[in-house]
Amino acid sequence: MLSVLSNPALLLAAEGEGGGVEFPPINLIVKWPAAFGDGQWYAFNKIALISMIGMLVPVILFWLAGRKASLVPKGIQNVMETSIDFVEDQIVLPAIGPDGMRYLPMLVSMFFFIWIGNLFEVIPTSHMPANARMANPLLLALTAWVMFIGVGLKHHKLGYLKEALFPPGVPKALYLLVTPIEFLSTFLIRPFSLAVRLFANMLAGHILLVTFSVLTITLMVLGPLVIVGGLSFAMLVAFTGFEFMVAFLQAFIFSLLTAVYIGGALHPAH
Amino acid sequence: MSALTNAAAEILAQVPAEATADEAKAIAGASGAGMAYGLAAIGPGIGIGYLVGQAVQAMARQPESAGQVQTTMFLGIAFTEALALIGFVVFILLKFV
Repeated sequence: MLSVLSNPALLLAAEGEGGGVEFPPINLIVKWPAAFGDGQWYAFNKIALISMIGMLVPVILFWLAGRKASLVPKGIQNVMETSIDFVEDQIVLPAIGPDGMRYLPMLVSMFFFIWIGNLFEVIPTSHMPANARMANPLLLALTAWVMFIGVGLKHHKLGYLKEALFPPGVPKALYLLVTPIEFLSTFLIRPFSLAVRLFANMLAGHILLVTFSVLTITLMVLGPLVIVGGLSFAMLVAFTGFEFMVAFLQAFIFSLLTAVYIGGALHPAH
Repeated sequence: MSALTNAAAEILAQVPAEATADEAKAIAGASGAGMAYGLAAIGPGIGIGYLVGQAVQAMARQPESAGQVQTTMFLGIAFTEALALIGFVVFILLKFV
C-alpha cells in the first residue's frame, strides 16, 4: 500500500505540459487517501499507519529487551538500556533533576513516538513524516501541557498558579503588565509553540525533499541539463542526511522542552 | 517600509486587468508569502548565529562543561527558531490556503 501511495508517477503527472518545472500542489504531498472508513471517525490512512508503527515498535523493542533481562546486558537489552540512559542523562537530569525520574517513562515513550514518526520522512517507500500533519504534534503538545499544569497543581496546589501568574520579586504595580504576559506565555504560547515547532520543522523538511525530488526528475527527463540534474540529486542526498539528523533533533528538543516545563512546574522558584 | 509597499504595489500592478479574483488573490498571496518568510528568517538567523557562536566560545573556554552548554544551546535554538517557523507557517497559509 505504501509503495502505491508514494508513486513517483504522481509527481511526474503533476508536471506541466510544456516540460517546465511545476511543483505538485500541497494537498498532493501531505494529504493521503484513507485505506478504509473514509470520512468516518475511524478513517485509517498512511499517517495513522505510521503512528501505529511509532507506537508498536518501541513496545515490541522494550518487550524483547526486558523479556530475558540479565544483570550484564547484551544484545538488544544493551541498545535499549543505552537509549534510556540517553534520555536520563541528556533530558531528565539536566532539565528536572533527580526527582524527575518518575517522569522518565513518559519522556522515553514521547521521544520514541516522535522519533519514529519523523524517521518515516527518509525511509524509502514511505517518505512522509507523521508529524507533518498538525494532528500528531497538537495532541503531543496538549499531553505535555496537561502534564506540566497537572504536576504543578499536584505538588503546589493553587500556589502553582500564584507562582506562575504573580512571580515573586516584582513591584506590585507591574503585575498589571506582568500577569497577562505570563498567562499568555505559560498557558497559551507554550503548547502552541511546542506543536508548531515540530509541525513546521517536519513539513519544511518534507517540502524541501519533494522540491529536490521533483527538480531531479524534471532535469533528468529534460536531458540536456543532466549535469545540473546530477547537482540537484547530490543536494537531494545531502538533504536526506540532514533530515535524518533533524528527525532525531526534533524528537530530542520536544522531549527536552516538555521536561523543562515539568521541571519549572515542579520547582517554580527558578 | 515604503520601499516594501512600493514593491508589492509594483507586483500587483503587473496583474492583467482580465485576471479573475482568484488569480489576483493567488498572485498577491505568493508575493506576500515570499516577503513574509524572508523577513521572518532575518531575526532568527542573526539570533541563532550569535547563540551558537557564544556556545562554541563557552565550550572552547571550558571543555569540561561542554555537555551542559550543549543542552542549553539546543534549548535556546528551539526558542529562537520558533519565530522563523511561525514565519514558515504564515508562508504556507498565504501561498496554499
